[in-house]
Amino acid sequence: MTGLVIRRLAVGMFVLWGAVTLMFALLRMAPGDPATLMLGPDATSAEVDALRTELGLDRGVFAQYLTYLGQIARLDFGDSYRFNLPAMDVVLDRLQATVELTVTATVIAAVAGLTLGMLAGYRPNGRLDRTVSGLTILLQGMPTFWVGIMLVLLFSATLHLLPSSSVGTPQHMIMPAVTLSLPFTAIVARIARTSVVDSMQEPYVQTAYSKGLSRFQVLTGHVLRNSLTPVVTIIGLQMGALLGGAVIVENVFAWPGLGSLIVESVANRDYSVVQAAVLLIAAVVVVLNLLADLSYSLLDPRIRTGGNR
Amino acid sequence: MTDVAEELAATAPPRPRRMRPLRWIPVAVIAVYVLVAVFGPLLVDYDPIATPLADRLKPPGASTAAGTALLGTDAVGRDVFAQVVYGARTSMTIAVLTVSVAALVGLTVGVIAGYTGGIVDALLSRSVDVLLAFPGIVLAIVVAGLFDRSLAVVVLALALTGWIAFARLTRGSALSLRERDWVAAARVMGVSWRRTMTRHILPFVAGPVVALATIEFGLVVLAEAGLSFLGIGLPPSTVSWGKTIAGGRDYLATAWWISTFPGVALALLVVSVGLLGDQFNALFRGRGRPGAANTRRG
Repeated sequence: MTGLVIRRLAVGMFVLWGAVTLMFALLRMAPGDPATLMLGPDATSAEVDALRTELGLDRGVFAQYLTYLGQIARLDFGDSYRFNLPAMDVVLDRLQATVELTVTATVIAAVAGLTLGMLAGYRPNGRLDRTVSGLTILLQGMPTFWVGIMLVLLFSATLHLLPSSSVGTPQHMIMPAVTLSLPFTAIVARIARTSVVDSMQEPYVQTAYSKGLSRFQVLTGHVLRNSLTPVVTIIGLQMGALLGGAVIVENVFAWPGLGSLIVESVANRDYSVVQAAVLLIAAVVVVLNLLADLSYSLLDPRIRTGGNR
Repeated sequence: MTDVAEELAATAPPRPRRMRPLRWIPVAVIAVYVLVAVFGPLLVDYDPIATPLADRLKPPGASTAAGTALLGTDAVGRDVFAQVVYGARTSMTIAVLTVSVAALVGLTVGVIAGYTGGIVDALLSRSVDVLLAFPGIVLAIVVAGLFDRSLAVVVLALALTGWIAFARLTRGSALSLRERDWVAAARVMGVSWRRTMTRHILPFVAGPVVALATIEFGLVVLAEAGLSFLGIGLPPSTVSWGKTIAGGRDYLATAWWISTFPGVALALLVVSVGLLGDQFNALFRGRGRPGAANTRRG
């Protein structure tokens, strides 16, 4: 187990290094000079040159890269010219809102997805299974930003039940979280269905039935428990996609999280904030994938021993 | 929407040995979109820069200076129906280009990684790990945001992560196929590397690749609309469903049609493509290599 953890950690570190390098390459390749951008159109060429020297932009690409790596290793992401604050402070300020949104959406997706998956998997190819299957395709096919707007149209503009944007009360959370959860509900439902179908064929389900347990008892007590492992894993592995979805949903509901920050910063060419936010998301994805991987081997002893060999 | 849901429900899971005319619905819907994308702009006039303010926020069916606005007009008086038609062309063009680039890159990388193995394979697999650390849409936002607005930048931004699924699929097949007798025989007979790939390996991936390309097509259409919705990527003169939807956000209480109709067009296309992808998956599952159907991303 220790060997497995160390190996996974090493891969995780490598991926983070790769992510930092990719960010560096993208920012270097982008047209426009950062010094000119930071100083604005009124700067003299002497001022631009001075800032270029200060930022190290007059040196070779490799030297810049090494400096960049050093800065990132010290968690120094530069300053946001828009806020006049360290970029990471700006990003961390927005992190909580995104975490609240994604965690709520994950809970909704897990509960709704498991319920749908169990209903569908209980009788494969039955009427209910086909309904759920159609529903999952619909949920994954509808663009989240449009669903969000349609919810606003219905619940805010027409029925005046929920606030259309921003944060504050729990009511503000309902529409963004539901919108974000929909495609992931579909994913969880598909995975849960497959594992319920598999579990239903196991001998212990026959045993449970022959003990005289009711369908409901067998489903919740035996099938559900044994179907949970893949569901937990898929939730961990889908965190990246969930954070990506949050970027769009936050923009629909003016939710003050990382996603709206990234889009604002891209529009304003505040690149230090963009890279700090994107690298933070990459780090979160890497860590969560690692945890999903490890939880999988913790929950299933067969994989644990397989990994040590 | 409920009618559609019922139709979807009826067609979704594979039920062999039974005639199912409903399975042709997604194909028919997609065919209509293709026709609209190709010929629609020839039949419908639309000027993205014109702002006939007298016609602004007209409801569906109202008559305007340019004729009858079937789906109403937007905040500056432009016809929503025309935007749906022109948006179809934009979406389809970007999706076809992106999936082609992604498939080409993915197949090449995958076949090289799987067939060569060793250090090349390890390097390519690690690069994929790095790319997967970023949510695809975030990477696309950054890339499309950094560079000047153009259709090519959007295609590249979306293909940047799109090729991965193709590479994984092909790598897996190449890995198992290279040990097969006919590949070994080809090698022994001195068949060139390139010919071995194209004649003895790639044909076995064709089915799953078609299924994957269909699924990717839907994902790309969604991602492009998302980018346009955020106001990133396409130049201002290009019509896109995402832009029209975003443009209607401020008028939900008074002009619901601006955001609603392009979204219906978008959802109907993506759902139809998703259904077709599922049919392909069921058709090609097990062919090429076991588990080929597992490569779909969510």
